[in-house]
Amino acid sequence: MATEDGGSSVGIDVRGLYKIFGPKGASHVDAVKAGMTKAELQEKHGHVLGLKDINLSMPAGSIQVVMGLSGSGKSTLIRHVNRLIDPTVGEVLVGGEDVCGMGTRALRDFRRHKTAMVFQKFALLPHRTVIQNVVYGLELQGVDEKRQQEDARRWIDRVGLSGFEDNYPNQLSGGMQQRVGLARALTNDAPLLLMDEAFSALDPLIRMDMQSVLLDLQQELHKTIVFITHDLDEALRLGDRIAILRDGEVIQEGTGQEIVLDPADEYIQNFVKEVNRGRVILVESVMQPGASEAANIEIGQGLALESAARAMSGAGERVANVTDENGDCIGHVEMDATVAAMVAEDHRHTPTA
Amino acid sequence: MSWLDEFPAMDKSALRALKKGIDNGFRAWTREHGDTIEAIFEPLKQMLIWSERLLLNTPWPIILGAIVAIAWFASRSWKITLLTFATLVLIGYFDMWEDTMRTVSMMFVCTFVSIVLGIPIGIAMAKSNFLQRVITPILDIMQTMPGFVYLIPVVMLLGIGKVPGLLAVVIYAIPPIIRLTNLGIRLVDKEVLEAADAFGSSGWQRLKNVQIPLAMPTIMAGINQTIMMALALVVIASMIGVQGLGQPVLQAINNQYFTLGAFNGLAIVGIAIIFDRVSQAYGKRLQAHSEVVHGN
Repeated sequence: MATEDGGSSVGIDVRGLYKIFGPKGASHVDAVKAGMTKAELQEKHGHVLGLKDINLSMPAGSIQVVMGLSGSGKSTLIRHVNRLIDPTVGEVLVGGEDVCGMGTRALRDFRRHKTAMVFQKFALLPHRTVIQNVVYGLELQGVDEKRQQEDARRWIDRVGLSGFEDNYPNQLSGGMQQRVGLARALTNDAPLLLMDEAFSALDPLIRMDMQSVLLDLQQELHKTIVFITHDLDEALRLGDRIAILRDGEVIQEGTGQEIVLDPADEYIQNFVKEVNRGRVILVESVMQPGASEAANIEIGQGLALESAARAMSGAGERVANVTDENGDCIGHVEMDATVAAMVAEDHRHTPTA
Repeated sequence: MSWLDEFPAMDKSALRALKKGIDNGFRAWTREHGDTIEAIFEPLKQMLIWSERLLLNTPWPIILGAIVAIAWFASRSWKITLLTFATLVLIGYFDMWEDTMRTVSMMFVCTFVSIVLGIPIGIAMAKSNFLQRVITPILDIMQTMPGFVYLIPVVMLLGIGKVPGLLAVVIYAIPPIIRLTNLGIRLVDKEVLEAADAFGSSGWQRLKNVQIPLAMPTIMAGINQTIMMALALVVIASMIGVQGLGQPVLQAINNQYFTLGAFNGLAIVGIAIIFDRVSQAYGKRLQAHSEVVHGN
């Protein structure tokens, strides 16, 4: 099976996915479709609604974050991508292929070659050394031993664990163990990387550090990454797109900026309140059309408000022109508007439905 | 009011007829199939004879050296190795070497058979809740039934000798290894198993790479228990002709030879301690990775 070099061309399409936990899940799908809530299903039939009508399109080569609190179904959702959990109804298309329709063999091959996963509690094999853990995927693929070792050492080096190859996992700190988990997943050389709350068990500083490691790697790897988290800051930092889950339903899907600027309901608004807006909202959102005569400095398109304000204040300017990647001016921003957008109260959400 | 004083039991003659009927039925069955059953157990008999000859015909210094070497390589502990050496020397000095070798041989074969049968049964039990529900009560019966009771059908079936002894010992000694293999595999961390699945392990790879290694400490505890129980039954098995340290003990009971009983009893204790310490130290060494813990 050929693996893609460089960027991943494997996107994920989730269509009409339902998951009802319980002995007779399938028989309650129609009731749920007709509007039965999670609480009702639990009370009347003793079944748990895991996921309800999930439709998500995750483009190839980007980071899709799925965010939600515990019990929202986010871990259930990611486990449908490599079918660690079987759906009740629905399709999960990975690179155009329906994962749910695969036989045992095909599924095993798919898991070996197309996906790799990083787990919240690392899930390393405690009786194997770091390098023996990292080669695990290649071992299952049947790659010859010499290449296993070479690839594993390269990725161990990339995640900054050189010199620890022969240590056992419980000789390492949590952060280092998760680096092993990441190296193990990357060594698999799969186009799809599934990360289930991969950094949630780590200290805040180490978590930031691991986020940077992931973003740096993604700059060159362009894998399709599904990243699960309960932390909005992490979601905004990593996600090209973010889907927010509650009670098994997607309640909003979009870029980080879209979610911060226009939260779909009060629930999301409560999350967004605590967010550092200056780092999420981009200058385009406060940009005025046309170049400004008064502007003496230029800032790049796609800059966050905080950086833009810093650039202006550093240069002692009240206004700056915004340029695209070719250096052409596409508009201008004013300091007042920039600061106002950063410190703005959330515009009260008015229920639309 | 006689039914109040005495439990209204089954009619005496009917009861006698019932017992007789079952006994005769079983006896007829054994007469009919005795040869077939003996043929089935022939390989085990050969194995028992081979292992006993090996231990008895090899000059004692070689056996002593081999056992001490095994103790050292398994435990890597001077203390345990020295203990092994001293115990064996004492046993030999008090003229119990041959009986001890017979017992060790018997125990070795019984443990081997228990492991070969017990681990797969334990694994199957861990995989299926149904099997667990079926096998658990059988194991309970095997463990609580007095050892003497299942000597009877075994003797009826196979007469007296090594093989029936082996059968009795294995029935008695196999439950711990089955139970603990089952338990060990069921206790394996679900997330690690999920990781094994996520990377595309087959059922066999999952078992070989994850379940058995992670269940190993528990399985080793089971093997250790099995060895101990096999030794404990050696005395009882001597009643049906199993040679070894049990026979002098039986003789001592019949004739009230206290010292003879005590010496042979202590020899059994001695080898029990050797096998216990060595197998435990080996099990611990297998788990070296769990000893060293990150400093934080």
